[in-house]
Amino acid sequence: MAWRPDFDTVETEIYQKRLTRLTCFVLVVFGVLLVRLWFLQIINGAGYRIQSENNRIDLRDVLPFRGLIFDRNGRLLVDNRPSFILGVIPEDVRELDGLIGDLRRLAEIDTISARKKIREALKSDPFNPVYIKKGLARDELARIETNVLSMPGVIIEAKPKRHYLYSTLAAHLIGYLGEIDREQLNRGEYKENKPGDFVGKFGIEKKWQRHLNGIRGGQQVEIDASGRRLRVLYQKAAEPGFNVYLTIDKDLQVLAERSLHDKAGAIVVMKPSSGEILAMASSPTFDPNDFAKGMDKKGWERLISHGYFPLQNRAVSGQYPPGSLFKLVVALAGLEEGIIDPNEKIFCGGSYGLKGRVYRDWKEQGHGHVDLRRAIVESCDVYFYRMGQKIGIDTIAGYARRLGFGCETGLELGDEKPGLIPDKAWKLRRWHAPWEEGETLSVAVGQSFTLITPVQIARFISALFNGGILYRPQATKWIGRRDQEIVFESKPDITGYWHLKRENMELVKRALIGVVNEPHGTGWRARLDGIRVAGKTGTAQVIALPQEEEESVQERDVPYRFRDHAWFVAVAPAENPEIALAVLIEHGGLGGAVAAPIARDLLESYFNKVKP
Amino acid sequence: MFDRRLIHNFDWILVGLLVVIGFMSVFNLYSAAYSIGSMGGSHIYMKQICWYAIGFLVLLLMTTFDYHILERFAYPLFFVSLVFLVVVLKLGKVIHGSQRWLSLGYFSVQPSELVKISLIIVLAKYFSKAEKMGDYRLRELLRPFILIAIPFALIVYQPDLGTALILLIVSFSIIIFVNVNWKSILIFLSTAVLAAPFFWMTLQEYQKKRITTFLRPDLDPLGAAYHVTQSKIAIGSGLLRGKGFLKGTQTRLHFLPEQHTDFSFSVLAEEWGFVGSAVLLFLYLLLIVWCLNIAKNSRDKFGALIVVGIVASIFWHLTINVSMVTGLLPVVGIPLILFSYGGSSVICTMAAMGLIMNVSMRRFIFQK
Repeated sequence: MAWRPDFDTVETEIYQKRLTRLTCFVLVVFGVLLVRLWFLQIINGAGYRIQSENNRIDLRDVLPFRGLIFDRNGRLLVDNRPSFILGVIPEDVRELDGLIGDLRRLAEIDTISARKKIREALKSDPFNPVYIKKGLARDELARIETNVLSMPGVIIEAKPKRHYLYSTLAAHLIGYLGEIDREQLNRGEYKENKPGDFVGKFGIEKKWQRHLNGIRGGQQVEIDASGRRLRVLYQKAAEPGFNVYLTIDKDLQVLAERSLHDKAGAIVVMKPSSGEILAMASSPTFDPNDFAKGMDKKGWERLISHGYFPLQNRAVSGQYPPGSLFKLVVALAGLEEGIIDPNEKIFCGGSYGLKGRVYRDWKEQGHGHVDLRRAIVESCDVYFYRMGQKIGIDTIAGYARRLGFGCETGLELGDEKPGLIPDKAWKLRRWHAPWEEGETLSVAVGQSFTLITPVQIARFISALFNGGILYRPQATKWIGRRDQEIVFESKPDITGYWHLKRENMELVKRALIGVVNEPHGTGWRARLDGIRVAGKTGTAQVIALPQEEEESVQERDVPYRFRDHAWFVAVAPAENPEIALAVLIEHGGLGGAVAAPIARDLLESYFNKVKP
Repeated sequence: MFDRRLIHNFDWILVGLLVVIGFMSVFNLYSAAYSIGSMGGSHIYMKQICWYAIGFLVLLLMTTFDYHILERFAYPLFFVSLVFLVVVLKLGKVIHGSQRWLSLGYFSVQPSELVKISLIIVLAKYFSKAEKMGDYRLRELLRPFILIAIPFALIVYQPDLGTALILLIVSFSIIIFVNVNWKSILIFLSTAVLAAPFFWMTLQEYQKKRITTFLRPDLDPLGAAYHVTQSKIAIGSGLLRGKGFLKGTQTRLHFLPEQHTDFSFSVLAEEWGFVGSAVLLFLYLLLIVWCLNIAKNSRDKFGALIVVGIVASIFWHLTINVSMVTGLLPVVGIPLILFSYGGSSVICTMAAMGLIMNVSMRRFIFQK
C-alpha cells in the first residue's frame, strides 16, 4: 500500500492513529467477552451442566390473598384459610398406574379422571402440576406427606381457600366464588387470572372481583429430578387484594335472617338518609363455603332444583305484587294532581261496583265513612278503588315510575329485577288488548300486573321520610387496605327527586304513623314503646280465589303456593327516621299479622341492642 | 465508466467472512427452531437463507455506484427513512406491544434498521465536510445532535428501546471518533439529563413502564431475570465442546426465551461449547478488524467515517448481546446482528457491508 491519495494527509494520519486505537479497544472488549465465556463454560461449566441435566428452574405462581370482607363496624365476615391440594407433575412420574394405585390407598381420589388428566398433560404440558384433589382432609394430608419421597412427581400445594365465617350469613349479598370459566378468560375480563383460579361469581364477590383479587406473584424455584423444590431463587411477592367493608351490620343481619329462618321471604333494612343497606336477608339461603370448596355436580343440582330457589336474592330479584303498599303511590298521585281532597269522605260499605262487577273490600262489613287518612290507616280498599278510577291508570303509572318503581334501584348486586308498572301502552304491547277500567281498580290496591321488589319499597319509604330524595341503595362502605390505601369510598348517591309538595308527603307520613299507632291501624303489631314507628301493611294476593269460595275457605286450608304474600314496610323513629325496612314473607298470609311482628322485633333489637 | 480495477479489488475476504457467519446462523437457527416446530417456527432457517440470499444481492447492488453519490443524497435518504418511521408509528403492525413493523404484503420491514444506516451516512457527511479536525464545539455539534434526536425520539415512541439505544451508542461512537471536545460532550450530557423529565412527561403510561423495565429488568424476577438464569445455564452447560448439534436440553425444553433472536447465541454456546462460541466471536473480530483496516486505507474522511459507523453498529450489537446473554448486562432486547433471525436486520446489515465493500473497492481511484 505504497500509493495513497495525496490530499488531507494530516487528517488521514490522525485517523490512522485513531483507527489503531479503536482496534485495540475492540480487541480488549473481545478479550473480556472471551474471559466471561471461559468463566461460564469452563470454570463453572460443570455446575451449570448438572443444573441443566438434573435440576430444573421453574416458574411457580404465588397466589395472592383475596381481600377480606368486613361489616360496617369492622367485624370480619369472610377470610381465607389454607387448603391443601394434591398434584402430580406428569413429567416426573415413573410409572403412572403404580402411582395412582399408591395414591388411592392414601387418599380418596377419582382414579379414572386422575389417570386421564395426567395422560393428557403428558402430551401437552408435562412440567406443570395436574391437580387431582382439592381440599385434602387432615389425615389424607398426613399420609401423603409421609410417603411423598417414595412417589416422585407427587406434590402437595397449599392454596388459600375462601372461608365464610358465619356460613350462610348475608350469603346473597356477599355472593360466592367459582372457577373462572373459559368465556370470562376469553373476554379478558379478569386480566389477573389464569385457568383454575376462583373468581367472584355473584354478589359483592363478583362486583368487586377486580379489587378483591390481588396481584399474583411468582417464584423462580429450583426443582430436583423428582419435582421437589430445592430452593427459591427469586421471588416476587403476591399483593393481597383490597378489603371490602360492607354497609351491613352483622348483628342486625343475624336478626333479620333469624326471623326468616323457617320462611321464604326477604328483609331489607336501609338508612333513609343515605341508602346504605344495614341488612339484607333472603330466605331460603345457601352456604357459600360449598362453592369455595369447589361445588360438585350433585351439590349444584341440589341447589338448582330446590323448590324455593335458595340462590335467588329475593331482596333485589324477587318481584311481588305490592298489595296495599301501592295505595301510598295512589294517594300521593291523587293529592299531587288535586284529585284527592284529604278531607273528603267516602262511604265504604264493603264493596264497590263497576260495570256490573263487584269489587270487594278486605273488610266484609266495610269501613263506613272514611277520609284519606282513615283509608290509609285502616287500608280501606273501596276508597282507593274510587280514587284509582278517578285518577286513571296512566297517571298512576307515571307517578309510580317517578317514585322509583318499574326500574332497577342500581344496587348492582347482580340480577336485580325492575319489577313492573303496567299502563295502557304496556297492556297493548304485551297482551295486544285494550286496558279495562276494572284493572285500574285492581292496580289501585296493588294487585293486577303490578310487581315490585323489596329493595324498591324500602327505598320508597325512605324517600317518603327524607323529603323525596331517591338514594341509590349501596352495600359497600369502603374498599382499601387498612386506612391508608382507599380505592373506593361510598358517598350518598342521589338518583332522583320526587318533586312532590311537602304538605302532601306530610299527610301520607302522618297517616303511616296512624297505621301503627292508632286503634284501628292495620300495623298495630309493629308498635314499640318509646319509639314512634310509621309503617304500612300489605297483603298481596297470589291468585284471585273465586269470590264465593273465598268466604268459606280458611287461610290454613289454602294450599301454600296460593297463599297471600305478607308485606310490611316501616321507618323509625317517625319524627327523624334512622332506619327504614321492608319485610316480605312469601305466602305468609296477612301483612299485619305476619310481617309486622317481624318488623317490630327487628326494630326493637335495633334500638335496644344494635344501637348503643 | 466502469473500472476493471473494481473487480480486481473485490473484497473476497469480507464476503468470505459473511458467508461463514451466515452459514453458522442458519445452522443455529435450524437447531433453535427445531423444538419450536410445533409453534410454526420450523421454517425460520429457510427464511433466514432467503434473507441472506437477498442480502448478498443487495450487497452487490451497493457496490455498483461510487459511494460519493451518497454524500449528495445523504439528507434526502435520511428524510425518507424518517418518513418511514413516522408511517410505522401511524400504520405499523403491533408485535409484542410495540409498533415497529411496516407490513408490505406478506412480509414486514422495520424502518428503524434503515434509519441506522442513513443516520450513519448523514453524520459521516457532516463530519467529513467540517474544516476542523476534532475539538468540535457545542455549537458545531448542535446539528448532529438534532439529527440523532429526531429518529431516536421516534423509535422510543414505538417503543423499540433496544434499537434506540443502539442508535445512540453508534452515533456517539462516531462523534467520539471524530474527537469532540470533551467539555462539549459533558455540557451536552447535562442538558440531556435536564431535558429527560420533560420528555418523560410526554410518554404514555405503558411506554414509561417499558422504559423502567428496560433499564431495570432485574426488577422482574419472573421475566428477564428468569431468562438470564436459563441462558447462563444453557451457555455454561455447553462446557468446552458443547452438547452437540440439536442436543441442547435448555433449547429443546423451551427454557430459553426468544431462542431464534435475542438468545440465539445461548443456543450456539450450549450445543457447541466454548469452542463454538469462541469461533463465532473470532469471526466477528476478524470482520471488525478487517473493516477497520478498510477504513484505514480509505481514500477520504467520508468513506472512513461510514465504515467506522457501520463497524460501531456491529461491534455494539455483538458486545451488548453477548454480555446480556452471559449475564454481564441487563437483558435489553438487542439481537446479535447477522447471527440472530431477522429479515430487515440481515438485509440492512448486508447493505451496510456492501457500502464498506464499496469503500474498499474504490480506495485507489481518483475522482477529482
